[in-house]
Amino acid sequence: MELSTFWFLLIGVLWTGYFFLEGFDFGVGMLLHPLGRTEKERRVLINTIGPVWDGNEVWLLTAGGATFAAFPNWYATLFSGFYLALFLILVALILRGVAFEYRGKVDSDVWRRRWDVGIAFGSWVPSVLWGVAFANIVAGVPINENGDFTGSLLTLLNPFGLLGGVVTASLFILHGLHFVALKTEGEVHDKATAMSLKVAPVTIVAGAVFLIWNQLERGEAWTWAPVLVAAVGLVASVLATRAGRDGAAFLATGIAIAAAVMALFGSLYPDVMPSTTDPAFNLTVENASSTPYTLKIMSWVAVIMTPVVLGYQAWSYWVFRKRIGTRHIPAVDVPGPTPSPGPA
Amino acid sequence: MDVVSLSRWQFGITTVYHFFMVPLTIGLGLTVAYFQTRWYRSGDEAYLRLTKFFGKLFLINFAMGVVTGIVQEFQFGMNWANYSRFVGDAFGAPLAMEALVAFFLESTFLGLWIFGWGRLSPKLHLATIWAAAIGATLSAYFIVAANSWMQHPVGAIYNAETGRAEMVDVWAVLTNSTTLAAYPHVIAGALLTAAVFVGGISAWLLMRDKPMPKADSVALHKAVRTSIYLTFAMGIAVAVSGDYQAKLMFQQQPMKMAAAEALCDTEQPAGLSVFAVGDVSAECDVRTIVIPDLLSFMATGSFDGRVEGVKDINAAYQEKFGPGDYRPNLVITYWSFRAMIGFGAIASFGAVVAWWKTRKGKELPTDKKWLRVGSIAVIATPFLANAFGWIFTEMGRQPWVVAPNPDGIPELRLMTANAASPAVSSAMVWTTVIGFTLLYGALMVVELFLLQRYVKAGPEAVMPHSPPPGPEPDDDGPRGADDADDGQTPARDEEADVLAFAY
Ligand code: HDD
Ligand code: HEM
Ligand code: HEM
Repeated sequence: MELSTFWFLLIGVLWTGYFFLEGFDFGVGMLLHPLGRTEKERRVLINTIGPVWDGNEVWLLTAGGATFAAFPNWYATLFSGFYLALFLILVALILRGVAFEYRGKVDSDVWRRRWDVGIAFGSWVPSVLWGVAFANIVAGVPINENGDFTGSLLTLLNPFGLLGGVVTASLFILHGLHFVALKTEGEVHDKATAMSLKVAPVTIVAGAVFLIWNQLERGEAWTWAPVLVAAVGLVASVLATRAGRDGAAFLATGIAIAAAVMALFGSLYPDVMPSTTDPAFNLTVENASSTPYTLKIMSWVAVIMTPVVLGYQAWSYWVFRKRIGTRHIPAVDVPGPTPSPGPA
Repeated sequence: MDVVSLSRWQFGITTVYHFFMVPLTIGLGLTVAYFQTRWYRSGDEAYLRLTKFFGKLFLINFAMGVVTGIVQEFQFGMNWANYSRFVGDAFGAPLAMEALVAFFLESTFLGLWIFGWGRLSPKLHLATIWAAAIGATLSAYFIVAANSWMQHPVGAIYNAETGRAEMVDVWAVLTNSTTLAAYPHVIAGALLTAAVFVGGISAWLLMRDKPMPKADSVALHKAVRTSIYLTFAMGIAVAVSGDYQAKLMFQQQPMKMAAAEALCDTEQPAGLSVFAVGDVSAECDVRTIVIPDLLSFMATGSFDGRVEGVKDINAAYQEKFGPGDYRPNLVITYWSFRAMIGFGAIASFGAVVAWWKTRKGKELPTDKKWLRVGSIAVIATPFLANAFGWIFTEMGRQPWVVAPNPDGIPELRLMTANAASPAVSSAMVWTTVIGFTLLYGALMVVELFLLQRYVKAGPEAVMPHSPPPGPEPDDDGPRGADDADDGQTPARDEEADVLAFAY
């Protein structure tokens, strides 16, 4: 296998890791208001992802960095082309990250409610926009002979792109619900299970339409396989939820996410970003990649480091494997005078 | 404004802002790890207080460092697409390594540290803070290596067919002489920042006319001690490493050296300007206070070395690279260089005062307002020194974004003017410049608000005293005040410690 193809695969793996992991913590963020009726319930939800969300986010940074190193032309075209969409994603991720860390630092309802809005906004926006972005990457966008994007933000908001956004958002909600069900006990757990059964049909229909649409327009014969796996995964997650098997349900939505990414990347190859202006301007695995030397070096780094990272991340999940519930949440204990909302 | 200028403003604003958090994260991470190690080794509760107190401040700052860092990672592609295409093959590698080697380590183990109090064995818990702190220190290495490649491109060739730089020797990129010189300087600057932060806050709390628990006062006195020694050591370290960088810069970027001194004409020997009155860029002879021969020594190691002036270097560049103006902005380079050193000197002076006031075990006075105000104000100085250091380094490199290496391949160079993103309009960059500036400004207010609140409350407030949720009464970490010397984690009820710490 060519190294550039290997790196295409690896970047697919990094995005899979990102969507699998941050997918559920985006889900938890989007569910903060619907599932968290009381302050204690919200704290339960946030604490399910407290120790791990930052590590999950590094998958995105690695996907970005790896794209820069292995496919500089892809990185340049994609990031400058999807400029405003990425700006929105950045604003969202900033608010979300700060909100997790700061919401509990002042004992005031107003203060907490404002940060909760930040968490919800910061989780919704990227969940939708990543789907829009990926749908447009596979479907192609106007790119000129220099490899520069010539459309605007509105170019991205086409039906296929918007459907992509619905798919990722609903998939992450479902994945998040299964994560919450797996990690909590008591009422929060039961609410998550009940909601999962309501959300699942939406996810299944949207996902099926999206993937089949993609298949018919540009799919390969073999990419029917991951589409099928994604479908089976989603249906299995419903059955598992019904049977009360929280772990299995979570794994099943995880598999569906991985399979969907595989179907999209499979239909993309050997392009990395097709041009709708002229196929001659397509960015491909060949013309967008770094030199074989750089790819070789980066392969060694990735081959050595990825298992190490997976090892200690898995360990951290194991350390925090216990279910939590409202009874575990300690009382608010922060310094400061009488509660005040602060300047935010 | 055009896209290039706007993109430069944006990069400058977001990066300088990011670098307000970065040195504190690196320095305070190591400092907190040190405090926790002292506690682990001796069981001395004072160090537990310091660990918890400065650990909390560390986390408030860390959150901002992380979120502003994400912007950095995206920005090259968003605003500097042509730059990214040109350098990606060589420059992307250290960036990707940074994420894989350092950021994962840092973020995963920090999560374990925050939530691991009481869940992990004391030894393992101590290891997690070290892993996170080392991750931060490592990340600086890779990013400095990437930055050094722009100052002094090595280990790559120019491919005329693709029109881009291509890496041929990764080892050369990672052991760039510029990196080896800059890294110790950056780390020393970071530790200096943390030392002054710890010392300033501790001294302020001690001098405040407000009763505090005896245990707090004992702990804070120890912190002041640590801070004084660390500030002295790092003050020397930045000067020594900075001097070494200056000599290297003289060979690698002579224009930057001349610009740092606003040295218009070649001199032999050249004097070092301490201060200037007037516009250093318009007239060249405003270098008012000059120490004879010292610049020659700084640049070349010999008191009568020849130092080229801006005019001559500019003429040489025009001959080599065609017509154009190759001078950086002299006002900024001249003054930012002095600001870096000056603010660093003020920080060290603060430590001298603290040392004098606490010599022979004296207590800090509580009746001197100027000392109280000073101990808070001095905290700002290392941050400013760091910011001006980068502003000098980056602005002194202009008009290049990749400065040509005098001993390297001349085609490995790129003008900042040619580096921006063709797909991006100035309206779009305006949107993000304004958006980030407002957002960052607001978040700075929130961060400072939280920091002052936690500082004012003192260490006592972050010591665990609310009853834990489960049946276990003792929740102050693996070895609290009362079981300090048995060295064993008490067997805990499995149910109780599910959330020893919670958001
Ligand atoms: C990895 C690369 C890299 C690194 C580590 C840094 N920079 Fe830089 N810097 C650039 C890469 C760069 C750049 C992309 O190349 C810019 C954008 C425009 C330019 O000329 O260089 C730049 C410009 C730039 C400017 C504006 C200069 C101008 O427009 O004339 C400032 C003030 C800084 N930087 C400051 C910093 C600070 C505070 C850093 C510490 C975190 C820093 N740089 C690290
Ligand atoms: C301009 C180039 C830079 C880029 C692209 C960049 C990128 C990033 C990113 C993506 C993060 C977030 C990581 C996380 O989620 O944990 C981060 C944080 C960090 N960066 Fe930067 N960075 C830059 C400049 C620097 C420099 C020059 C240094 C050090 C000398 C540095 C040191 C750090 C450290 C220590 C952190 C940890 C978080 C914190 O600061 O609180 N960065 N950076
Ligand atoms: C006597 C004191 C100092 C000297 C002689 C000195 C010298 C230098 C020089 C020559 C550079 C430019 C390197 C280049 O562009 O190639 C530099 C950069 C820098 N300095 Fe200093 N410096 C001193 C003090 C400080 C202090 C106190 C701090 C911060 C606390 C600091 C922080 C920085 C930073 C962050 C940079 C940019 C990164 C780098 O290129 O290393 N410096 N310094």
